[in-house]
Amino acid sequence: MDSLICYLPKKVNIYEFDWLFLTQPPKRYWEETENTDQRRPEEEQGTAVQNQNKSTVKERSLKRKNGENLEKKDPFPGEAPIPHKQLQKFQRGEKYKVPAGARRRLKEAIISSEAMSELAQKQAARYDLLLPEDAGFLEGDEDEDTNTISQDDIADAVDITSGSKYFNLHLSQFGPYRLDYGRTGRHLLVGGKKGHVACIDWQSKDLMCEMNVMETVNDVKWLHTEAMFAVAQKRWLYIYDSKGLELHCVKKFNDVLRMQFLPYHFLLATASATGFLQYLDVSVGKEIAAVCTKMGRLDVMSQNPHNAVIHLGHPNGTVSLWSPNQKEPLVKMLCHRGAVRSLTVDKTGTYMVTSGLDRKLKVYDIRAFKPLHSCFLPAGASCLSLSQGGLLSAATGDIVQVYQNVLGSSPVSKPYMAHRLRGQIWGLAYCPFEDVLGIGHGEGFTSMIVPGAGEPNFDALDTNPFRSSKQRQEWEVKALLEKVQPELIGLDPGQLSKVDQASFEQRHKEQVEALGFDPLAKDKFKPKTKKKGRSSAGAIEKRKRKVAHEDQRDEIRQTVQERTERDKEQKEKSNEKKKLGNKSTLDRFRK
Amino acid sequence: AISSMGSRKRKKQNERSEASVQVSEFFVNAEGTGEKVNLSDLLGTVEKTSGASNKTKKQLRNLQSSKETLELPLNKQQTEKIQRGIAYEKTAAEVSCWRNIILQNQKAEQMVFPLNQESPGPKRVEQVVAGWKVQTPLEQEIFRLLHINSQPVDDPVLTPVEEQSLKAMSLEEAKIRRAELQKARALQSYYEAKAKREKKIKSKKYHKVQRKAKCKDFLKQFDEMVKTNPEGALEELKKMELSRMEERMSLKHQNSGKWAKSKAIMAKYDDSARKAMQEQLQMNKDLTQKIVVPSDDEHESNEEGLETIPDFVNDSEPVIDSVNPWMRGQLTHEEPEVSCVTTEDVQTAEEENEEEELVGEFERKRKLRQADEEDLIPTEEERKRAEDVVEVSDKEEEDDDDDDEEEEEEDVSEFNTLFRLMRSEKTLEGSNQTREGLNTPGQEDEEGLLNEGQIRVRNIEDLEVLGEFVDPQPIAEPSLPRTAAVEATSEPPYKKKREIDLKEVLTKEAKAVKVPFLPTVVDEEERDEQISIIKEAFAGDDVISDFIKDKSKLEAAGRPEVVDLTLPGWGEWGGVGLKPSRWKRKRFRIKTAPPPPRQDQKLPDVIISENRNASVASHQVSQLPFPFQNTAQFESSIRTPIGPTWNTQSVVKNMTKPKVITKMGAIIEPMCSGNQQGAITHANTNIKNNSTVYTWIPPATAKNIVFV
Repeated sequence: MDSLICYLPKKVNIYEFDWLFLTQPPKRYWEETENTDQRRPEEEQGTAVQNQNKSTVKERSLKRKNGENLEKKDPFPGEAPIPHKQLQKFQRGEKYKVPAGARRRLKEAIISSEAMSELAQKQAARYDLLLPEDAGFLEGDEDEDTNTISQDDIADAVDITSGSKYFNLHLSQFGPYRLDYGRTGRHLLVGGKKGHVACIDWQSKDLMCEMNVMETVNDVKWLHTEAMFAVAQKRWLYIYDSKGLELHCVKKFNDVLRMQFLPYHFLLATASATGFLQYLDVSVGKEIAAVCTKMGRLDVMSQNPHNAVIHLGHPNGTVSLWSPNQKEPLVKMLCHRGAVRSLTVDKTGTYMVTSGLDRKLKVYDIRAFKPLHSCFLPAGASCLSLSQGGLLSAATGDIVQVYQNVLGSSPVSKPYMAHRLRGQIWGLAYCPFEDVLGIGHGEGFTSMIVPGAGEPNFDALDTNPFRSSKQRQEWEVKALLEKVQPELIGLDPGQLSKVDQASFEQRHKEQVEALGFDPLAKDKFKPKTKKKGRSSAGAIEKRKRKVAHEDQRDEIRQTVQERTERDKEQKEKSNEKKKLGNKSTLDRFRK
Repeated sequence: AISSMGSRKRKKQNERSEASVQVSEFFVNAEGTGEKVNLSDLLGTVEKTSGASNKTKKQLRNLQSSKETLELPLNKQQTEKIQRGIAYEKTAAEVSCWRNIILQNQKAEQMVFPLNQESPGPKRVEQVVAGWKVQTPLEQEIFRLLHINSQPVDDPVLTPVEEQSLKAMSLEEAKIRRAELQKARALQSYYEAKAKREKKIKSKKYHKVQRKAKCKDFLKQFDEMVKTNPEGALEELKKMELSRMEERMSLKHQNSGKWAKSKAIMAKYDDSARKAMQEQLQMNKDLTQKIVVPSDDEHESNEEGLETIPDFVNDSEPVIDSVNPWMRGQLTHEEPEVSCVTTEDVQTAEEENEEEELVGEFERKRKLRQADEEDLIPTEEERKRAEDVVEVSDKEEEDDDDDDEEEEEEDVSEFNTLFRLMRSEKTLEGSNQTREGLNTPGQEDEEGLLNEGQIRVRNIEDLEVLGEFVDPQPIAEPSLPRTAAVEATSEPPYKKKREIDLKEVLTKEAKAVKVPFLPTVVDEEERDEQISIIKEAFAGDDVISDFIKDKSKLEAAGRPEVVDLTLPGWGEWGGVGLKPSRWKRKRFRIKTAPPPPRQDQKLPDVIISENRNASVASHQVSQLPFPFQNTAQFESSIRTPIGPTWNTQSVVKNMTKPKVITKMGAIIEPMCSGNQQGAITHANTNIKNNSTVYTWIPPATAKNIVFV
């Protein structure tokens, strides 16, 4: 096993801290005697090369003259420079230059905002220093394919903690299994087709709850914390807590086949066999939107973590993108000749990988909606999953293949890793912040070590794998306060920071649509009631007649005016023409 | 008058003293009633009195003669209006002294109230001591002692004695320094002696040589100065410019002085006199010459004129130090030395004038006739000279022959040539080539061809122009890209419709992936079976054509409909089999403008919804906020998020700091001009170094008083 080098990233909890600036106390005269003899080490090194006696004397005299000996000079004055690459990593948009001839206020506004963003960028780049971890990878010997290395070999080679991440759960009774990891990567939820649901703290192998719902389980999903999870059962959608207690049975959500949880919106998106895509706000327990896709059975689903758009795969080879705000798909793209079997989107929202019944694996750039490359898998992929590190795992029959550099421009030729399992694979999911791939299959569950899969640095304020229950509670409150409204879901997540350039009419139309009435509409004329018999029906009618068709009258008046003006102009023109026409060329000689 | 009769006191009755027409009942003298009282009546006696001054008399006389009447006072409303206006101006002026402060407060990123807060926390000893006064006799005693021993009172860092001791040198250092000083003194005395000796030399030739050497030296120095000390060089340049200005202003070297006139008379007979005059003019020319760097457009026109203008004129300066901004600007020709030389020249010239004054008087009559010729001569000479300069710069410098003593102006011109030479030598490599190219334009074109590789031929005329200079072979080459371009332009019509065939996209061959082990679950036979099953299942529905149909339907729905408003039978015959005329159809079919092209126009396998996402719109900014003039400015100003998710803590704090901070329970005094305690402080925070400057501006001074 010498041939194998396996890097597994260590996890370190990182706290943000401000730089410490130590202020020096004013120097006192009684201190200077010690300082004069003290010389800086680099100076001494330099003098050692030369003739020592002379140089030291000279140096001292020089020092005296410049008065350097009184105050120590900083060898690296100013702030530490930041590498350009690091700065670029945190750049947000182009720097805006003050246009020539700008007014004072505008100039000030632009300059201050630019200074602020530059400061933010620089500070962020500086703090990047605190993310020291690198992703590992698997490296084979010469002429040794990494995909021939078995999991047992890897587990033997690495340290015990990492080795314990490779394990099998033999659950042959209620399989095949679907699975889901919590956002922090600590908790695992498995659900067998035949009703077995269990949640485990998989690192400590601590079973949190286990039960049988005595019904078909189509999908399982953690909600925002490890305290709640949703199970899509045969008819309804159920929500349980971590002890296995049934919290809700949501009967509005029936025949759910697949689920996705949008963590920042607190939305549970479900796709049902009846072709409905529904959104449940789990923070308030309300259905946000129900979209009838009219695309038949929806059993392929994925979310784009970048903009919270739901991707659905359909039997006619198309993939459609949905937001809760529109009744029609945002985008519909034809990806395969046969049905789409599985799809997944990478965490930056740039790439989408799909596999279809035509046994092709395609990589799309979903910013431009253009295919990058495709490759042919002999058995076709039934499940796909992309890791945080960009590794793609594809389940072909009973084999899981992991591909490296799929998201590049060139197609892959061979897998990075491969692992054979006992039964048909039903669910695939990478564990966040860990080099682990969870596989749910007919014979239970397998946790597989995939070096380089996880993101080595986690944001402790967002998803902290080591958080205590207190921290979790605090995080929950903060997350709820920062909840993103479902209206903001769209293809462009930066839409909010742009100026709405729709015309007034369009906006008004939308307002009318939203309100159900026109707030700017004029009221109908209502004649005042007058006394002494002047409010008889006839009189009222007469008064109404006076203001009737006021709008039309205005219009007519306007058109008439325009017409008269036009006529006038034409007349003038014709008059001029006549004048010109009467003139002959010889007129100029006339007196 | 009657009422007064009832009073107790009775007025004394006046006796009538004069005879009059009208007699009043009150016994008052009523002479002249009904007439207006004149000033003269009242002040008639003033004229006669000797005591009154003449001035007042005059004034009174003027007053009498003037017939202007006084204007009526304005009515109340108007006066009030004027008063209000004046009051407004006054108050505006009074209040305007606060304008700066208010502006600054508005500009300030953060205001902390109450203003002028003392910083909390412990203070340095020096600060405390500064505001403390000696009171008790004990303290007085102590301080007197301290003063006597010259101990520091306010700033107890170092005593003067200690400072002195620190400044003091060690023995060896002192020795070294003394030696240095001695050496410097000796050198100085040597130099002084030398200067004295040299000053005593009377030979003019010697001085001339010296001067020349100085010039050369200066040129070298100047060149170095350009590199090392740009500011100094710039000053020198300014001096040159100044000398040029002076020259332009004065009539020196314009052959208008006495000496010149006399020379002009002599010129016909005396060759040397003519030469001297020409020298004068040349000098003027040299001094007033200004180098103009031609712009790109004028380049071609300048090339022709290059024969007369020395070469370096066209070269932009040899940029030695690209950092120096002034190096890019244009350099003038003159040196400061020139000016000093010229003053000497003038002196000598004046001497000469005196000598030849007598001669000049004789020939003054012919002066006018001579002047005409004189105008012609220098221009010719000048041209010759310019050519000379070019030649000189081409070859090495040819030394001037021995000159007459009087022609000292020559120095200047020589100096100028030297200067040019130096500069032209620097750019010789570059300029040589261009000059050659200029001499033989065809050659230059060939060089250009070699360098560029390809020539863009835009039209046939260009081609012809090329053909004149270049062999037929090069013509063929440049014509190639042209034909290619023609092909390129002609190509698009062939493939105007859909660039990508959808079927091709989907059936594109895909690379098969090698798998280490084959799945056991699905056998080969099974797979074949599966494939056949799939084929069967999807035999009916053609996925692609369905998709295309969908898309075309959407596209059609997006297109605007034509509104047909034709009414058959109006204005013409209608009925079965009769169609409304073409004109009518054209007139009454209203077409709306086509919508902007669909986003998925060039993506055959994608349908992008054109619906607007109205839900976000309610959260978006719909009107541009004040200082911004376009959306790009505003969007860029809010592009950086301020939340702690995206920023470090310090930045978030900085970004979200409140505009105004008030201290609980502290009284916020109004702004007033007098005392600093309650006065205006302005906090200006510098983001870069995170420091805050508080400014207090008393309106009276309107000058900033800054304390950090």
